[in-house]
Parts: sequence; C-alpha cells; structure tokens
Amino acid sequence: MEIPVTDIKFSDEKLAKVKEIMGRYPEGRSKSALLPVLHIAQKQFGNWLSVPVMDYVASLFQIKPIEVYEVATFYSMYNMKPVGKCFIEFCQTGPCMCSGVEDIMEYTEQKLGIKMGETTRDERFTIKGVECLGACGYAPMAQIGEYYYENLTKEKIDKIIDLFGKDDFNPDHKYDI
Amino acid sequence: MGRKLLLEHANVPEIHTYQVYRAKGGYSAVEKALKMTPDEVMEEVKKSGLRGRGGAGFPTGMKWSFLDRKSEKPRYLVCNADESEPGTFKDRYVMEKIPHLLIEGLICSSFALGSNTTFIYIRGEYKWIVGILEKAIAEAKNAGFLGKNILGSGFNLEIYVNNGAGAYICGEETALLESLEGKRGNPRMKPPFPAISGLYGSPTVVNNVETLAAVVPILNLGGDEYAKIGIGKSTGTKLISACGNIKKPGVYEIDLGLPVYEFLNSDEYCGGIRDGHRLKAVIPGGSSVPILPADLFYKNIKGEERNMSYESLSDGGFVSGSMLGSGGFIAMDETVCIVRNTWTFARFYHHESCGQCSPCREGTGWMEKVLHRLEFGHGHMHDIDLLVDVAKKIEGNTICPLGDAAAWPVAAAIRHFREEFEYHVTHADKVKNSRLAHLDDYKKELVLL
Repeated sequence: MEIPVTDIKFSDEKLAKVKEIMGRYPEGRSKSALLPVLHIAQKQFGNWLSVPVMDYVASLFQIKPIEVYEVATFYSMYNMKPVGKCFIEFCQTGPCMCSGVEDIMEYTEQKLGIKMGETTRDERFTIKGVECLGACGYAPMAQIGEYYYENLTKEKIDKIIDLFGKDDFNPDHKYDI
Repeated sequence: MGRKLLLEHANVPEIHTYQVYRAKGGYSAVEKALKMTPDEVMEEVKKSGLRGRGGAGFPTGMKWSFLDRKSEKPRYLVCNADESEPGTFKDRYVMEKIPHLLIEGLICSSFALGSNTTFIYIRGEYKWIVGILEKAIAEAKNAGFLGKNILGSGFNLEIYVNNGAGAYICGEETALLESLEGKRGNPRMKPPFPAISGLYGSPTVVNNVETLAAVVPILNLGGDEYAKIGIGKSTGTKLISACGNIKKPGVYEIDLGLPVYEFLNSDEYCGGIRDGHRLKAVIPGGSSVPILPADLFYKNIKGEERNMSYESLSDGGFVSGSMLGSGGFIAMDETVCIVRNTWTFARFYHHESCGQCSPCREGTGWMEKVLHRLEFGHGHMHDIDLLVDVAKKIEGNTICPLGDAAAWPVAAAIRHFREEFEYHVTHADKVKNSRLAHLDDYKKELVLL
C-alpha cells in the first residue's frame, strides 16, 4: 500500500508519544529513540518503511536521512518492502527444526499457494522463515503481528488462515488458536 | 523438590501485579538495600559468587567493581533482555510471569552502582512484554519504589524499556550499547570496556535479566547464604530453558550442581526423551556451545558423572566438554540429523553476523553454503575438513564473540559426529530431500548384513 507523501505525518497523539520517548534520554541523545520510533512509524504507515517514511522520521530527529536508512536496513524487523496484513514469521532455527517446523511451513506454503518470502495476491498474507524467536520450548511457532502463536499444528494453521484472512483481522489482538 | 529462589511465586495468580507481588514479600530486598550503603550491597553480591547468567559466566560482583566511580559522568546500568540465543527463552519467562522481580533487582542493582537512569534493552520480537514491563514500572513508581527520593533514601531512579528490532548481535554488550544509542548494532573494540566508557561514553554495567533478578534473593538471604547453594564456584540457582525432543519442555530453576541425568530424566524437570526414542545428543547451553553426544553428556571423559554447573559441563575443554552458557538446553533424539541441525545454526549465524569483521562475515556464509551442500546431497569428502578449516580461521579473529559462537558448533558437530557428515557424502541420494537422520538406518543395515 503506497501512502501519499503528504499523508506521512504522525497524529498528534502519536507525535506526543514520540516526543515522550525522545525525552527519556539525556540532552543531545534523543537519537536513542530511533529504534522505538521506527517501530511506531512502521506500524502507522502500512507495516513497512518506505523512503518517504524514513525521511519523515529523519526530519523529526533532525538527522540526515542516511542515518535512518543505515539503521532501518540493519535490523530484520523493519520491512523494507510492503507485507500482507497478516505477516506470519516462522522460526526455523535448530530447536524449531527438531520439532517439525519445516512440515508446518511446507503445509502453509501449499495452503496459500505461495513460497516463503512471498505475499498472496490479495495482500492478506505474507509468510517468511526467520531466525530464532526465543520460544524454543513451545516449538513449532510463528510470530504474527504483536504476538507469538506456539505449538503449531496443521489444524492450527488451518484456523489461522481461516480467521486471519478475514477483513476484521487485527494484528494487535491476541487470538485464541 | 528443588529450591526456588526466582520462580517461587511464578505460578501464583496475578503475580505480575504489584499488589500480589508485594503481598508475597516482594520489594523487601529494596527496603533492605536502601538501608545499606551501595558498597555494602555490592559486597553481598560479591560474597554470593553470582556469575553472569547471560552465557559468559563472569563473576557479577567483579564486573560491578570495574565500574569507574571516579568519573564525573553519570553512571548507567543497562539490563540485557535481548535474549536471542537459540535454545534460550528463560528471560522471557521471568519478564512475562514476574516482571516485578526484575524491576526489584534493577532498583537494588542501580542503587549499588549509582545509576539514576536504567534501561532495559529488550529484543524487538518480545513486543507484548514491553507493555508488561512498562505496567510493572508504573506500578512500582506509584508505590514509591521508583522516581525521586525512593523510600526517603535520597536515591532517584527512572527505568525505561527500549526495544530492539531483531538482531542477535545486540545481545553482545557493546553492540547493545550502540543500538541503544540509536545506531546499527556493530560491536565496539575493547578496551575501553563499558565499565569505563559505555553508554554515551559514560561508565556502564550491562547485565542479563536473570543476573539482575538474582540480586533479589541474594539480598534477602545474604550473600553468604546464597553462596552455600550450588557446587564449587557455581553458586546459587540457575534458570534452564529446556527444549528439543523431551517430554516436558519449559523453564526450570535448578540448584547448580544438579546431576545432568536427573535434570534430563526426572519428572520434576524435562521428564526424559519422548516415548519410543532415545537420547542422541545435547547442546547444554544455547546453540553456541559445543554439542555433546549422549555418552559424553552424561559422563566426562574420565567416566565421572556430569552435573549442571559451569565447571562440570566444561570439563574436558572443547575436546570432550561443552559449556553451561545461557542455560539453553537442547536435547535431541535419534531422529535429528546433526548435519541439518548444524546447517540451521550456521544459517542463523550468517544471518546475524553484523558484517564488520571479514572472517565472520565471509566465514559464516561460507560454512552455511558448505553445510547446505552436504545436507542436500552435493557435498564432497573434503568439504568436511574445509568446514573445520573455515571454523578455525573465524575463531579468535573477530572483534566480538559472535565469530567464535558460529565456529564452535560446527567444529564440535564434526568432532563428535564425523561419520554422519561422511555418510551425507557417501549416501548423497539417500539424504537428499530427507529431513531425518539416516546414520542409524545405515548402522542397522550393517548389522543385518
């Protein structure tokens, strides 16, 4: 989803939150707030960081845009291209692998008709294999929006795709799967 | 039943709220600490023998004593909650279940170190935990345990939560500090150590969540009493996050020195390997530490039974031992393919290398490629020695320990399971597109013949 550049502006409420976070750090060190503010920006402006969004963030911090780009591209949680409304990130490192995440990932690929790293044509789902999410005891698992969905089975994937493909899906809500 | 110092009340309903935590005796360590001098608090931590619970196991009291107290700059305590070592999910458990335990530990530790602004740097993926911690901080502030002139002691403290954004490297303390300053997480050259020049160039201590939480029982019991728990230089209790092919994965608090056999097989802890299977290998302290085959896990090379402690698990060095590390305990049964498992770890380290030092940036990618080739049936016999060679050239040649962490698991897997790697070359067609271990079938065939 492309947002017109003129619309890239935090609401007053969000801006107040941003200023509050920047104020937590000592004088002249407000750049410390960059990571948290990029999270807020990503969430507000379509779940990814376009160049105009990063430029806007740079203007808030009064730093050069390159300082934002270099940070945004370093961290894997900032999406450098658009993702679907339901972004399923499967942990695929050792312990999850031992617990059968690969079968679950393959099943999801078949079910949605896309490969890992791709987005469905209706832009509802993006699926991706990521590295350790720190939930090894509850494997296989995936992060969707704000929350972890653990001890995944094929039945749970069916439920997730059914429920999270609906118009009223809210990634900030923890669903009981 | 084992002793519980950290998780005693973890399953009490509503323990995440201030009222319930307080009713269970919470914040008594703060009341105690603020009646002492900062040096006396530090002395208790020194006496306790507490060692860093993040993985390195460095004595906490000694780390604190390195803090430059003569500097005129403000001092900082930073809590490392960037838990990302594969196999490790213990800090998350503490923060999710009993956030006030961490806050209480932070207040006591900040007082000892003279930090008036303390940051919790939490991994970005733990998004919902930020809210849990911020709520606990607000409750503690409301009750007068944070803010200005805490309990009339004259000590001021604010705690803030700062979220990362998905970078394992930020668990390394200098990379964490860079990230906390709003930059890429590239580790810094040491010296200077953070104790002299850390956050914003100020004297800084960075400690793991569990380490800081352990300060609470240390002050409640007294350092000497705490030091009586455990074995030798491994004092106190430790959280172990257990996963893999065991019956009861989860987070357990153990007295250091618990026999490994008991930990893996008793119903109080892991409950043993899942039914119908047997133990093949264990990674006792997170993906970075050397893997051990079942026999070397239970007993060291001299035939003595191992226990869960820093010393016992590392007995035999890297030839026949491993490390307690972060307590990320991964047990694998005979269905797990060691080559495939090692490949996923190599891919992890390649993905997480910050790219600053060429041995790590290039070497991790190289190892991933070679392991992929072996696992997918395109490998050559000389690839195995090539992996050993690459691992050797990464180890010790990088600014931070990520290079070592990437090299050790590969080297150890080949050291103990070389024939499985060889089997992947000699039976390429068989291993291709199969995720399970194959060597056992092969051995069975040999017996039948």
